[in-house]
Amino acid sequence: MEATIEVVGVRKRFGGTTALDGMSFTVTPGQVTGFVGPNGAGKSTTMRVILDLDSADAGHAHVGGRPYRELRRPLEHVGSLLDAGALQPSRSARNHLRWLAHSQGLPASRVEEVIHLTGIASAARRRAGGFSLGMRQRLGIAAALLGDPPVLMLDEPFNGMDPEGIVWMRTFLRQKAAEGRAVLVSSHLMSELQDTADHLLVVGRGRVIADTSVAALIAAASGDRVCLRTTARTPAMTVLAAAGATVAATGADSLTVSGLAAAGVVAALNANDVPFTEVSPHRASLEEAYMELTREAVEFRAAGS
Amino acid sequence: MTNSIRAEWTKFRTVRGWVIGLLTAIPLTVLIGLLGPLGSSFDCAGPNGAQCRGNTPPIGPDGTPVFDTFYFVHRTLTGDGSVTARVGALRDAEPWAKAGLLLKEGTTSGSRYAAVLLTGGHGVRMQYDFTEDIAGPSPDEDRQWLRLTREGTTLTGETSSDGRRWSTVGTVRLDFGERVELGMFVSSPQHLETSNTFGGRLDRGAPTVATTSFDQVRTTGAAAEDWRGTAVGIDPAREHEVGFTDDGGDLTITGTGDIAPIPASAGSLGKTAENALVGAFAGLVAVLVVAALFATSEYRRGIIRTSFTANPRRGQLLAAKAVVVGGLSFVVGAVSSALALPLVERAELAEGFFQHPTTWLTELRLVLGTGLLFAVAAVLAVALGMFLRRGALTVTAVVVGVVLPYLLAVASVLPTGPAEVLVTVTPAAAFAIQQSVEEYPQVAASYTPADGYFPLSPTGGLVVLCGYAAVAVVLAAIATRRRDA
Repeated sequence: MEATIEVVGVRKRFGGTTALDGMSFTVTPGQVTGFVGPNGAGKSTTMRVILDLDSADAGHAHVGGRPYRELRRPLEHVGSLLDAGALQPSRSARNHLRWLAHSQGLPASRVEEVIHLTGIASAARRRAGGFSLGMRQRLGIAAALLGDPPVLMLDEPFNGMDPEGIVWMRTFLRQKAAEGRAVLVSSHLMSELQDTADHLLVVGRGRVIADTSVAALIAAASGDRVCLRTTARTPAMTVLAAAGATVAATGADSLTVSGLAAAGVVAALNANDVPFTEVSPHRASLEEAYMELTREAVEFRAAGS
Repeated sequence: MTNSIRAEWTKFRTVRGWVIGLLTAIPLTVLIGLLGPLGSSFDCAGPNGAQCRGNTPPIGPDGTPVFDTFYFVHRTLTGDGSVTARVGALRDAEPWAKAGLLLKEGTTSGSRYAAVLLTGGHGVRMQYDFTEDIAGPSPDEDRQWLRLTREGTTLTGETSSDGRRWSTVGTVRLDFGERVELGMFVSSPQHLETSNTFGGRLDRGAPTVATTSFDQVRTTGAAAEDWRGTAVGIDPAREHEVGFTDDGGDLTITGTGDIAPIPASAGSLGKTAENALVGAFAGLVAVLVVAALFATSEYRRGIIRTSFTANPRRGQLLAAKAVVVGGLSFVVGAVSSALALPLVERAELAEGFFQHPTTWLTELRLVLGTGLLFAVAAVLAVALGMFLRRGALTVTAVVVGVVLPYLLAVASVLPTGPAEVLVTVTPAAAFAIQQSVEEYPQVAASYTPADGYFPLSPTGGLVVLCGYAAVAVVLAAIATRRRDA
């Protein structure tokens, strides 16, 4: 089976609200794909459509080339974690995994394996109702791993995790991708995915607004701008503008220059004897790039609400 | 599907509250059943502090508790013989007042008999061994000829309007001893008025007597001795009201009582198998609550999404839940009733009640039937839970739909008409599966749900519940398939 998720032109309306407006993307194996966007952008709805929990009004979603509803023993195809809180409070973690294992015809020994893989062995006998959110996330991951699936799909798995848990989760996701699995992880905070995701799907208002590698996204957001630090701000601006660059003041002694490479900036300043202390290429953070991309979607929501 | 059933079974048994709740149905059924006999006492207002009569009624040849009270004017017959008489019509008598010819094993109450008789309102009949009744013609003459003949083990009842042209009412084969008592009898049952109103029921009864004439009396085979009069089973305090006169072969007999099976009736000292199962409604409430919550907890916690992710064929989740809860409920219902029947019956006997006997086949039907009642009602609760998705709403709906109509009908809260409608059209009709009593057309009695008589047959009642469950399953299947989870 191909380890892929394929979403093509999916539309979904809830009453008068458009949740998904032509959502299309492909998740490929061997890398962690981050699924980011502000709250309400349609990340969870997309995942529910992929799992056939919500029906699409138009378009389709396939896992390994087939609709989810056609999968027999689906947990051996896709491991998913949508809502870590979906647990019967009085049932123990082990028993929660047991009924799931039984539903796929998996042996009880597999339950013990995933309990150890996710580090919840000490809590396995406890009632799930008493679990912290971080523990529930680990239990959810354990459930997703039961069928040893080639595709993993996790909705906001970092929520409620302590710093140690976040480190564990990042390592875990990278490791699963390294094993050749397709990993789709959603988050509304880009920072959570900064060092984890290889590929990004940025969504807003129910559709993909950027489908790119992390490096390409940062480069695009950075542009070819140059940061300049100088005590002579006004002469510098005059000289650089004359050289054809666009200059913006960003502080008492700092400027951002675009339309002129760093070498050109240095040459122009030296030729006119303008002093400066630092010239460096501008590098946007992933967060910045993301904010840039999703501003429109957030503004739309603020205006609409 | 096997995997789904295993998964649902694991889900069920790993929530302790559900297991305990379901098992609670067993002690609930038994203990509420025991409340009846243990909580009751009866006092007798007999004269001079005498024990109530009828406390232990006579038992007929087949074990049925019977009324066997009448005035008997008889001779001893050895071997074959017959008796013929012209009987005066019973005017203004109870419809089931009886006057006629009787052949009986002796004058002990409950012994075997055969009779051809004239009734107050139901014509000529041939009756034998209390429960058996053959209808004959309904004459309108003032006097009617009757003849009862024994030839070996064959007994023939005949009637004639003129004493020349005879027609047979019935022929039966009955094995009596060589010596029997042969003669004439008169009986007249209690006058019974039952009024049902909202919130209560009132039974009013009064003893009656009937008098009629027997002339042209002729016996063959019997010794030509004087007629002897015996007040069979009649309260000694009332013996002065009955008797006979012999005016040169023309007899006038006054009698009271009845020769008939005792029908089950609310508040009587006779207890039936379904009396032992009155606690089943409480056990069923426990089963319904657990079944409903087993379904709705999926929605309350959002586990339904995990379940559908594990098996996207949604109908299978409903089916697997129904199989698991239905199967468990069947076992719980059968075990509850299998325990309640002997335990409650023992308590009833110890308290001084008598039992309407049931065959082991009937008891088996009651035990398995209660299991089916619990099982199908639980499936209804599961399906309704999957459809409504709200625990409190579902529990209310199934308890109001299944248990409340039964309670209203059998606790004499409602008048008979509405009570019968309730246990016909609501899922509570299925309680008919617990019905063990038989309705006797030849006995005037109150045959209402409160007395244990359901308008539908045991199977018919269960079919009504199955219909409701089927509708709920279809609704739930369509809804779970169409709705976003």
